[in-house]
Amino acid sequence: MIRDYFILAWREVHRRKKRSFLTLLGIIIGIAAVVSLITLGQGLENAIARQFSALGNDKLIITAKGSALTPGLSIDAVKITQDDLKLIDSLAEIKKTAGVIHSYARIEFNDHVRYFMVMGVPTDPDERVLIGETQNFHLLKGRSLNKGDLNKAVLGFEYTRKELFEKKIELGDTILVQEEEFKVVGFWDRTGSPPDDQAVTIPLESYETILGEKDELGLIIAQTQSGEDPIIAAKSIEKELRKSRGVEEGNEDFLVETPQQMAETFAVILDIVGLVVIGIAAISLVVGSVGIMNTMYTAVLQRTKEIGLLKAVGARNKHILLLFLVESGFYGLGGGIIGVALGIVFATVVESIFVLVVGPAFLEVEIKWGFVILTVLFSFFLGCISGLAPALKAAKLNPVESLRYE
Amino acid sequence: MEMKQALHREKKVTKKKPLLALRDVWKRYLMGEVALDVLKGISLEIYEGEFVAIVGPSGSGKSTLMNLLGILDVPTKGKVIIDDKDISTLTESDLAELRGKKIGFVFQQFNLIHSLTALENVVLPTIFQGIPEQVRLERAKKLLARVGLEQRIGHRPNELSGGQQQRVAIARSLINNPSIILADEPTGNLDSASGKQIMELLLQLHVEEKKTIILVTHDQSLVSHAQRVIRIKDGMVEKVEIRGEK
Repeated sequence: MIRDYFILAWREVHRRKKRSFLTLLGIIIGIAAVVSLITLGQGLENAIARQFSALGNDKLIITAKGSALTPGLSIDAVKITQDDLKLIDSLAEIKKTAGVIHSYARIEFNDHVRYFMVMGVPTDPDERVLIGETQNFHLLKGRSLNKGDLNKAVLGFEYTRKELFEKKIELGDTILVQEEEFKVVGFWDRTGSPPDDQAVTIPLESYETILGEKDELGLIIAQTQSGEDPIIAAKSIEKELRKSRGVEEGNEDFLVETPQQMAETFAVILDIVGLVVIGIAAISLVVGSVGIMNTMYTAVLQRTKEIGLLKAVGARNKHILLLFLVESGFYGLGGGIIGVALGIVFATVVESIFVLVVGPAFLEVEIKWGFVILTVLFSFFLGCISGLAPALKAAKLNPVESLRYE
Repeated sequence: MEMKQALHREKKVTKKKPLLALRDVWKRYLMGEVALDVLKGISLEIYEGEFVAIVGPSGSGKSTLMNLLGILDVPTKGKVIIDDKDISTLTESDLAELRGKKIGFVFQQFNLIHSLTALENVVLPTIFQGIPEQVRLERAKKLLARVGLEQRIGHRPNELSGGQQQRVAIARSLINNPSIILADEPTGNLDSASGKQIMELLLQLHVEEKKTIILVTHDQSLVSHAQRVIRIKDGMVEKVEIRGEK
């Protein structure tokens, strides 16, 4: 018999199209916001988790504490140095290490000057491979930097796609880095990280020549010996670094992390951001819910006489309650379905734009049907709860007075 | 044999017993500080198959009386007995159920639900009785045919004339096969031709289907149909007129 209530409620919703639409709007906006934000957040988390897990479990990344993970953005005074690199390299658990150094530098080509990140990398093949794997650099065309290369550069993916200097740079072209000539020998494939995709990679030796003696490193990548537990290796690196840098346990000015740990750190940050955003979206849901409540109070008032009639023809209080609850549930359900659809469309559009602009590595939107169904059910219940007070009011109306109501 | 006798005896008993009885019923309303007795000790009985008219000028307590007869309301003092049950012993929910089963209402303003078709309006009371869909649809169609609206079952109230709307309302009042039809000024909002048709329909129900009809009106011309006329004045029964069997 519940079907009858659905039909009755639907007729009423259908009859007052404009009011129903306005009522739905509040819920639609709230649900769409929640769904798109959660989906996008999850997409970001997916992409990051996949990137980090692709690195393998045998790599450790050592950075100065507090430095941002994005290369080129570390601005604090504490640095990781060449001494640290040597120390880590000497440990028994470590197979090989590589250091990366970077800063922004003046790049000139075609008489245009721009500032991009320049990375100094070792040219030793083993170390180079380690950096390539860890930093997600894969060659698109040309070649990498070889041992003994000086004044050669490999450019990021963006240079192959855009005319960053009003003219495309081709293999064999010469660019000026800090007014020093470098020959372009290769291009990296897309990494998905905009600063990396615009970076100019040059040999460490050249870097030191043009940007001055750099004892400081942006980060150190260490690969553990096969069979070594990376967590234990990380502990022993931490111990040695504490000793050499003279810091107490618990007050370290550096970080040793496995890719998994980094991914988890990211996930925690994303979760916090997500919570804040969901909180804001929840406010719009509250507004939507108040909208439903208001509509239902109006409906009870407008249909007082009708309620009186229903009671006269045998409707009990619980029937009236159910009827109005179903009606307000309808607003929640309708708003939920449309909101979820809009939220998914929005998230997908944002993903496409992201892929177009920065590459596929950053965002992997995934539609989880369990989540969709749960959200729709949730909004149905939200509608019911919003309509509870008006429905109770309707159920308790006195039949005689209601019938007399004009 | 015994069974038959028993049934026979039962029939006799129910004939004697009133279907609906009011015993010294008072209804008091509080208007701020002032107490107003709208009904002052009314006693009356309605028997099965009767056509009773309740007549009185406005302000006589007629509407209040109708609400009590329709068990939409409970008295301040005194007893309302329907089907041997004192309604003061029943819960609000029991009253609604009893109302749905025993009493069919016909109102002056039809009180149809505008978002529903004629058929759906007729079906409406069955929803609360949990009658299976197939049964109720058939019954509703039959009743709409009975009131001459088989061509109008898909129309909404605003697509029907006043007389047609009232006929839908009468079909609705019959859907749960109640023993009592309580008609409150059923022709009050109709032109005289439609009003006449509605009265004829009520009479037919009375004669052909032995329905108990309680007609509440102030219109003297309608009371000629009734077997018994109860005149109300100032909250009391002024006079009961008994007319010949029809």
